[in-house]
Amino acid sequence: MLYEKATKVLYIDLATGKIEIKQRTDLAIYLGGVGLASKLLAETMRPELPPLAPEQPMVLAIGAISGIYPLITKTVAMFISPLTGELGESYAGGRLALALSMAGYDAVVIRGKASRPSYIAIDGGNVEIKDARPIWGMDSDVVGQFLRDSEEGSGKRSILRIGPAGEKMVKFASVCVDTYRHFGRLGLGALMGSKLVKAITVTGDKTTKIKDFKEYFRAYQTIFKSVTETDLMAKYHDLGTSINVESISALGALPTKNLTDNHFDDAEQISGEAFAEENLVRKLACTGCPVGCIHIGQFRRKFDDGYDYESVSVAYDYELIYSLGALLGISKTDEVLQLIEAVEKTGMDAISAGVALAWATESLIQGIVTEAETLLPLTYGNTENYYQAILYLSARKNAFYQALGEGTRFAGAKLGGEGFALQVAGNEIPGYHTGYANLVGLTVGARHSHLCNAGYAVDQSLKTFDENKAVNTLFDEELERCLLNSLVICLFARKLYTRETVLKALNATGYLLTDDELTTIAKRIYSMKLRLKEKLGFDPRQVKLPQRFFKTPSMNGLLESSIVERMINRYAEKCSELLAEKI
Amino acid sequence: MKVLRAIEMNRCIGCFSCMITCAAVNQQDHSIMKSAIRIKTSGGLTGKFIAIVCQACKDDVPCAEACPTGALVKRQAGGVLLDKEKCVGCERCVAACTVDAIYFDLDTKRPIVCKHCGVCARFCPHGCLRLLEEGQ
Repeated sequence: MLYEKATKVLYIDLATGKIEIKQRTDLAIYLGGVGLASKLLAETMRPELPPLAPEQPMVLAIGAISGIYPLITKTVAMFISPLTGELGESYAGGRLALALSMAGYDAVVIRGKASRPSYIAIDGGNVEIKDARPIWGMDSDVVGQFLRDSEEGSGKRSILRIGPAGEKMVKFASVCVDTYRHFGRLGLGALMGSKLVKAITVTGDKTTKIKDFKEYFRAYQTIFKSVTETDLMAKYHDLGTSINVESISALGALPTKNLTDNHFDDAEQISGEAFAEENLVRKLACTGCPVGCIHIGQFRRKFDDGYDYESVSVAYDYELIYSLGALLGISKTDEVLQLIEAVEKTGMDAISAGVALAWATESLIQGIVTEAETLLPLTYGNTENYYQAILYLSARKNAFYQALGEGTRFAGAKLGGEGFALQVAGNEIPGYHTGYANLVGLTVGARHSHLCNAGYAVDQSLKTFDENKAVNTLFDEELERCLLNSLVICLFARKLYTRETVLKALNATGYLLTDDELTTIAKRIYSMKLRLKEKLGFDPRQVKLPQRFFKTPSMNGLLESSIVERMINRYAEKCSELLAEKI
Repeated sequence: MKVLRAIEMNRCIGCFSCMITCAAVNQQDHSIMKSAIRIKTSGGLTGKFIAIVCQACKDDVPCAEACPTGALVKRQAGGVLLDKEKCVGCERCVAACTVDAIYFDLDTKRPIVCKHCGVCARFCPHGCLRLLEEGQ
C-alpha cells in the first residue's frame, strides 16, 4: 500500500462466508501486481486438485503506485487456468485498479464455492456476498446494467461480471470489466462460474495524503507530457492497435482462415482505417490514462421489416479483428463487430472463440466432423452462422460444442484434427505468424501469450535471424515485463516506462529503490512464476506444437521444428540458470 | 479573470486526469474523492460523460446565499472562494448547489469548492475543459 509498509489483502471464503483482512508486512519484496499475486497464488493454490475445484483461489492484485501516474491502470488476475491446466495470468484495465485502491486493498483472494449464485460487493471495509439468483443466466452487458442501479459508488466503482459462457464453465470464458475491458485470456470467467460468482463490484472512498507533493507532481507532469506530447503513444490513440491489420497481412504474418494462409486478401476492408471510417464513434480510456486507446465501433442491425433498426456499440482491437475477422475469412467491418458483440454478451475470450470456430470450420471441410455435430454449415466468411455458433458454444449446445468449450487443444485431441488446432500449450494463438521468436515465445512464455515476451516484435526487429540472440531477447523481455507487471503498468506504455522513469515514479512516492533492486525484484518474480509452472506440471520441452505452424510459411518463410526445439531447449536452460541463482 | 467551463464533454474519454490533478494540486491528495470536479457517466460507460463542477454562477450565487457565516466569497468572474477560517462545516452550501458541484471533505469537515484555477483543463487531453475569460 502506498506510503505504508503493510500490504493489505482481502480474503473471501465463499463456502463459509468468512471475510478476513490481513495487513501483511512480508510481501513488500514482490512490489505488488504480478509479484504479489504470484506469491498469494503460491500460498493458496492446490496443485493436486483440478483447476476448477472449489478450493482453488482467484487472486486479484494492483501495484504500489496504481492509479496515481498515467497508464499505471491495470489489475492482474492469477489463478490456475482451466484452459491450460497451468499458470493463469490475465490483465484488465477499466476502473478496477482505481476502485481497489480506493477500497483500500492491494490484493483480493477468493476461495471456495458459494452455495447459490452470488455476487460479491466490496465497498471499502464492507464486504458482502449477495444473492445473484435473479441475474444468473444473464448476458454480460445486462448484468452490468442491473448492478449499476443496485450498487452504490457511481463514478468510482468497478463492475466485473461473467456471461452465460462463464456459468457453463467454457474453459476460455472471460470476465468483463466495466463494459469495455476484460480479463480475457485463460478462462478466469470459468473459474468465477465454477464458484457461482456472477459478478464482483468494487468501490470505496479512501483518501491518501501526498507525502511530497513537489516531487510527486514533478514526476507526474513529466510522465504526462511524454504521454501526450510525444509520439510514443500516438498510434494507440489514433487508429489504435487495428492500425496493424493491413501491415501484418502484407508481411505475410496474419493467420487467415485457420492459418491455411498467412495473409488476408481482404485485409484492406477490415483495416484500422476501414473501421475508423465506417464504424468508429468514440474513444474511451481506462481511469488514469490520458491516451484513450479504447476504440468503440458502432453498427446498426435491421431487425424487422420497414425501418426497424437496433444499434450496437462494441470495442475493437487488432486481436479481435484477427480472430473474428481474418481467421474466419470475414471481410466486412460491420460483421466483425457483430461477432465481437456475440463474444461480449456471452462472455468468452475473443481470440480463443475465433480460433475454436476456425478449427471447427476446417474440421468440417476436412470431414473430421459433420454438420450433424456443428449444427450449422460453418464456412469461412459466413457471419450469420458464426454468430449462431458463438451462442451454441457458450451454451455448450451439444456434445460437439461441449468438447469445443473445453478448448481447441482438447477438441483437436478428442475429435481429430490436432495438427491444425491453433494453440500453444493449450492457449489459442494470438494474431501473429511472424517466425521463430513468436512461436518459441508463445511456448515458453509464462502464460503462452504474445504479451509475455513479444516474440512477434522480436521477429520483426531482428535484421538477420540469430537463434541465440532471439532466445536472449525473449528471456530479457519476459523478465522486464515481470517488473512492469508488478507495478501493473499498461504494456502499451512499455517504451515510456523505462527503468529511469519507473525509478522516478517510485522514488517520488517514497519507494527508494535502485535499478539493481528492481532487477532483483524482476528475477524474484520470474523465478516464482517458473516454480509455480513447474509445480503445475509444465515443461516447455514437452509442448506438442501443431503441424500447421510448420506448413504455412511465416513472414520469415517456412519454420523448421528442429530449430524451434533447439530454441526452446536453450530457453529452458536459461530458466534453470535463473532458478539456480540466489535471489 | 477566468472561469472554468466544460465545453466539449462529447469528446471526453473518461481518463479522470482532471480529477487526479485537481485533488493533487489543490488538496495534496491522491484520491479523486478530493477533487472539485467530478466526471460521471449517465447510463454506464455506454452513456455520455458529464462534468459536475462549479458553473460559476455570477449574480445570484445559491451556495454563497446559503452560507450563514460568509465563508463563501463571490468571485468577480463567477463562482466563489472559500474562506476556511470562517467556515463552520455546516454543509448548507452542499445542499444549496443545484448541480451538486460542492463536495464535502469528510477528513477536514470543509467543503471542496472549485476555485477556477484551471489545472484540470491543463491536463485534459481532449480539450473538453477550458479556462476561459469571463463571458467568452
